[in-house]
Amino acid sequence: MSEAVCFSLDGVEVEARSDETIWQVAKRCGTRIPHLCYADEPGYRADGNCRACMVEIEGERVLAASCIRSPTPGMKVSTATDRARSARDLVMELLVADQPAREVAHDPASKLWRWAEDMEVTSSRFPSRVAPDPDASHVAMRVNLDACIHCNLCVRACREVQVNDVIGLAYRGHGSRIVFDFDDPMGASTCVACGECVQACPTGALMEAALVDENGVGRSEPLREVASVCPYCGVGCQINYQIEDNRIVAVQGRDGPANQQRLCVKGRFGFDYVSHSHRLTRPLIRREDAPKHAECEVDPANPCTHFREASWEEALDVAAEGLRRVRDRDGSEAMAGFGSAKGSNEEAYLVQKLIRTGFGTNNVDHCTRLCHASSVAALLEGIGSGAVTAPFTACADADVIIVTGANPTENHPVAATFFKQAARAGKTLIVMDPRGQALRKHATYMLQFTPGTDVALLNALLNVIVSEGLYDRQYVEAHTEGFENLKRHIRDFTPEAMAPVCGIDAQTLREVARRYAGAERGIIFWGMGISQSVHGTDNARCLIALSMVTGHVGRPGTGLHPLRGQNNVQGASDAGLIPMVYPDYQSVEAVDVQARFRDAWGTPLDPRRGLTVVEIMDAVHAGVIKAMYVMGENPAMSDPDVEHAREGLAKLEHLVVQDIFLTETAFHADVVLPATAWPEKEGTVTNTNRQVQMGRIALETPGDARQDWWIIQELARRIGLDWSYGGPADVFAEMKTLMPSLDNITWERLEDESAVTYPCDAPDRPGHDIVFGDGFPTPDGRAKLVPASIVPPDEQPDDEYPMILSTGRMLEHWHTGAITRRATMLDALEPEAVASLAPRTLGRLGVSAGGRVRITTRRGAIELLARADRAVPEEMAFIPFCFAEAAANTLTNPALDPFGKIPEFKFCAARVERVEEVEAA
Amino acid sequence: MSGEEVRVRRRRHPGAGRGRGALVPKGRQVQPEAQDEIRTLLGDRPRRRDLLIEYLHLVQDRYGHLSAAHLAALAEEMRLPMSELYETATFYAHFDVVGEDAAPPPPLTVRVCDSLTCELMGARALIRELEAHAGSEFRVLRAPCMGRCHCAPTAEIGHRHVDHASAGAVLAAIEAGDVHPVIPPYRAFDAYCEEDGGYALLRACVAGERSIDEAIETLNASGLRGFGGAGFPTGRKWSIVRGYPGPRLMAVNADEGEVGTFKDRHYLERDPHRFLEGMLVAAWAVEAERVYIYLRDEYPAVREILLAEILEVEAAGLASGVEIELRRGAGAYICGEESSMIESIEGKRGLPRHRPPYVAEVGLFGRPTLVQNVETLYWVRDIVEQGPEWFAGHGRRGGKGLRSFSVSGRVNEPGVKLAPAGITLRELVDEYCGGMQEGHALKGYLPGGASGGILPASMADLPLEFGQLEKHGCFVGSHAVVVMSDRDDIKAAALNLMRFFEDESCGQCTPCRVGTEKAVELMAQAKWNEPLLVELGQAMTDASICGLGQAAANPLNSVLRYFREELE
Repeated sequence: MSEAVCFSLDGVEVEARSDETIWQVAKRCGTRIPHLCYADEPGYRADGNCRACMVEIEGERVLAASCIRSPTPGMKVSTATDRARSARDLVMELLVADQPAREVAHDPASKLWRWAEDMEVTSSRFPSRVAPDPDASHVAMRVNLDACIHCNLCVRACREVQVNDVIGLAYRGHGSRIVFDFDDPMGASTCVACGECVQACPTGALMEAALVDENGVGRSEPLREVASVCPYCGVGCQINYQIEDNRIVAVQGRDGPANQQRLCVKGRFGFDYVSHSHRLTRPLIRREDAPKHAECEVDPANPCTHFREASWEEALDVAAEGLRRVRDRDGSEAMAGFGSAKGSNEEAYLVQKLIRTGFGTNNVDHCTRLCHASSVAALLEGIGSGAVTAPFTACADADVIIVTGANPTENHPVAATFFKQAARAGKTLIVMDPRGQALRKHATYMLQFTPGTDVALLNALLNVIVSEGLYDRQYVEAHTEGFENLKRHIRDFTPEAMAPVCGIDAQTLREVARRYAGAERGIIFWGMGISQSVHGTDNARCLIALSMVTGHVGRPGTGLHPLRGQNNVQGASDAGLIPMVYPDYQSVEAVDVQARFRDAWGTPLDPRRGLTVVEIMDAVHAGVIKAMYVMGENPAMSDPDVEHAREGLAKLEHLVVQDIFLTETAFHADVVLPATAWPEKEGTVTNTNRQVQMGRIALETPGDARQDWWIIQELARRIGLDWSYGGPADVFAEMKTLMPSLDNITWERLEDESAVTYPCDAPDRPGHDIVFGDGFPTPDGRAKLVPASIVPPDEQPDDEYPMILSTGRMLEHWHTGAITRRATMLDALEPEAVASLAPRTLGRLGVSAGGRVRITTRRGAIELLARADRAVPEEMAFIPFCFAEAAANTLTNPALDPFGKIPEFKFCAARVERVEEVEAA
Repeated sequence: MSGEEVRVRRRRHPGAGRGRGALVPKGRQVQPEAQDEIRTLLGDRPRRRDLLIEYLHLVQDRYGHLSAAHLAALAEEMRLPMSELYETATFYAHFDVVGEDAAPPPPLTVRVCDSLTCELMGARALIRELEAHAGSEFRVLRAPCMGRCHCAPTAEIGHRHVDHASAGAVLAAIEAGDVHPVIPPYRAFDAYCEEDGGYALLRACVAGERSIDEAIETLNASGLRGFGGAGFPTGRKWSIVRGYPGPRLMAVNADEGEVGTFKDRHYLERDPHRFLEGMLVAAWAVEAERVYIYLRDEYPAVREILLAEILEVEAAGLASGVEIELRRGAGAYICGEESSMIESIEGKRGLPRHRPPYVAEVGLFGRPTLVQNVETLYWVRDIVEQGPEWFAGHGRRGGKGLRSFSVSGRVNEPGVKLAPAGITLRELVDEYCGGMQEGHALKGYLPGGASGGILPASMADLPLEFGQLEKHGCFVGSHAVVVMSDRDDIKAAALNLMRFFEDESCGQCTPCRVGTEKAVELMAQAKWNEPLLVELGQAMTDASICGLGQAAANPLNSVLRYFREELE
């Protein structure tokens, strides 16, 4: 930025920064200039088209749009001359001429109407045009172009901010018109319903459907707002709930560090699950005449077939009594518990403390096991820390960005916007994925490799970098160990040798390796395509090696970033919901650590590491584990080979489930404790960027549901623990005494600032976004390079099961679907279980798009709708695991990665067949 | 579970359980057949964004329209979002975008010019007559000025123009299947070189026998100005562009769309190499790596000529070090505005850019760009070769140089008239156009096309020169003179011109998009709401982004100022 510019504004000498416009300087100086097409918001450039902000500049023939004009030295700008004012007023009058009357406005409080009022131009002398027809084709949004002023903000929202590229301003002149794709109805377009356009629209032409009545008329009273953070994915978008009558009617994006006001369809339109009629509002105790078995299914609308309602006293007593009974009879090894990455840090901490001190075991785990356990294993081994080294926003500073085994446009939609923006800004984007996902359109290189051959591909890249001498010698010498070993190991993995294995030609492999290694700044993002595999840890080891040998870590625009799945999987892991470690990854087997926690918690502690998610289920089957406490997890949907998992759950002597809905897991419970949904509680969560953020209470808790921390504490007291927390703030304070990662981050600070990144050096300074610029938290400060060999997927296709089944998530639904399928908009957008298959594959099977297929593996079979999707390779079927009625995990292979103990969700052998359509009876 | 019958159990749906999953991912899917057709059509042409309009022409020419299926396939092939492709395709009048549910247009399109001169000469009746015959064989569209105003009214059948068009002539041409442009006789490469000493100057420049500074100095001394309409001194423009660090580009504005203007076509259809040589000298002077010629789609004959003659120039090695790309417009007056033209060359909608920065600094693909009008370049060779006095020696009333007036309307001999700068309307009509037509008395005239306002007969003795008419609310612009008589309705003419601006407004800014629309409505009323029209005109002039909107109120203001009797 160069020096300041001095100019005259309404006769006063003022100074502008070189990047400031006249409008911005005027605002800073307290002069309000009308503006419609200019949004004074992060991410929106000025476009200068509405001409509502015209000012007069001495010596210029015509007026200038202040929003897009930079002052120059000595310029004389007047905002209040008659000429400028008349032009602004007339522009407003032209626009008002074509607006629906304010009494029936779609948004009577829109920016347009507020300015019209301010300028006293609320009526027009001009004839009005014929109003375009409304478009109500989308469930979540209403398009009423009669209010459109062609300001282009929705186009910038869709194209430049979210980079979803759906909205355009087509045709010409007075016929120009906002369009979706090819002037399609919004609901039939490629719209992903991020809702950025409704947030940006200054007139109400684009509105949340929930904010207008059936005639498209909006409400005039302002809604109560509560600032919080989104409960869905690991991105951690900050939000403002808009509330009416204890109901969230809309959500707006807030300027958080991870989202800069952006949201996705779930974060904007996925909140009415909290008031769904299936919400648990009374404690339930299993009826004696309702025996447990794997096939057990309960109608969540009518749990009385299997449960009876009970008082909290009774339910807690029964829950605790069963836990105590098994513990006292069979010992701690008969006990286990799952916490949740959907809850707060404080809840996660309390759950692990309950299991460790009350159950006396380290058999505590959560869904991190199913998502990034292998990544964390490799990161802890390699660089001594399981968290990301840089936030995803660092991609803006990178020259080369690798995204592998991740489908962020579906699973981390707001993070994806930053990747897409970076690609559009000219950065090299390298996408590696067996599926041709949406990022492909933005990718410089799209490596659609053979499923399961990650190590072959990544080792070939390492081979090129090492054999062509492209690695950073100084960095390798100063900061790594094991390079010579790695060098020897990857010698045979030439691109030419690996090309037939991974399906990417040698030339491309060489180019990609050179681009990454040759970049000034390279960064790697990955997801479950890397981790959910029997070679998941090896996959991650290769990525770590790529980053280390090129020195692409610890600087702006560089790093390693496993995109964490759940909103609080980072925080729940940090808080110790892991069988091998206490909070802050302190080993349960280290004697000194154990002693410290024993002293702090005041109870003896199990000296052995506990079992992981799938191991716990196996131990249940083996008759070792007999009682479990499951808080907010749904293993009956999320575990591989769920029939096996459900058999296990049914086999338990005592199962206590704490949740907001009667989940598939709760079908097998002895006691169900009704808990709070995210908007009903306060607490902190930690996103994928290591940003600790504050969630706040927006709604009253329904019925007799209770705060989770209170329920955990009541259970703890009943099994002999002397707990007396007054609320989450007390818990957070205790966590700080045991977790150095939270240094300088206090509850009060989070209340004030909403987000603080750890690690953080001082109470008044921001935390460190980028870490490990000067070595690693390993014993010798060096990163360990660990070579990986090719391990094939556990179950290869054969004659009987000739295809590959891969599972994952989808944009509209969250994980096991317990909440999103009960969110009206999300359920309407994706109402039915679907399997995506290549159109050619469907043709071969004789199935038309939308026909039904049966997919069978060695574990089971499901039937569902076939979606023709050109992104899916011909040999593959892809099924999201969110559909209870056709659960993908009925089919998945429980084979585990030996280090991370993560199951191979991404690959098993399957058979796909056509199902004859049967006429409905 | 191999071999045995696997039991499939359907479990409970936790949601509403209503609704059906989509058969395909969101939005329109690319059809394999359309994809094959687009790939075949594009062949190995580069999939570059800036070529989008060229490719839309390929599809439109081959299939007669742009189907949604083809557009979707083209979007995927070019890795462009559907919405961006659609924006571009629907912006230009010569593309017919046809949705899945709509019927494609008839195989043949007849465009009838209804801009001012053609309307004066009966275009409206012609359209009505032709529409009575239109149907599944052909359709009739009204179209803006085709640059044949001296032969008004004009129609275009496919790509064949019919001058002095009557319904009978048009129908006969349709019947005969005459849909290709007629190439007029012109001075081709060999003749230009051998008979006229052509390209000697360029060779001397490239060989270093002439200096760039000297050439620029000569242009400065000659007083040559931009004849696109703005009249910016040419030599100075070259110096300014040279002042910005390279690499630099050049774009030739051959999008002669100002109503009543046809001088560029006149020169291109007679002596294309004089223009091409001037262009290459300019490219040499500003060290442009590439030159884009943006030619309006209304000039298909010129396109054929330039395609052939550029090949000759290249084959002769005269374009070494500079690539020449001929780009085809697609029916948009606004693309004559230099920054819109640049956007269009980049493959986008022709939306004018905000200034500053000016295109000389940030132009095509963000690079410093020299933009020149065809006629301006046409004079470069003669001026540099023969010295500045040859050009500057002409002129009346202090005017300097020669001006090519496109004259149409109620004169005996309309056409392109090369006349001294500073000439008056009366002199131009009497000395160059054989006087007024029999039975017509001068009532008023357009000195500079649709944008330049309307002057009354009482002001026929003003010099028609840059800077001379502004104080009267008019300007000479591209020197397009439309002469109207006592038998013409000036108020109707002003409405015709406002309709033209309404049709041709790009739609970007409020004063122009909404202003022209409202102005047309108000001006179509029997009694004008004068105060409101005055306010509206002022706001359009003050607050529009580009010259189109800023000038659109000129004819309106002229009527209010000079033709008050018409309002009674």
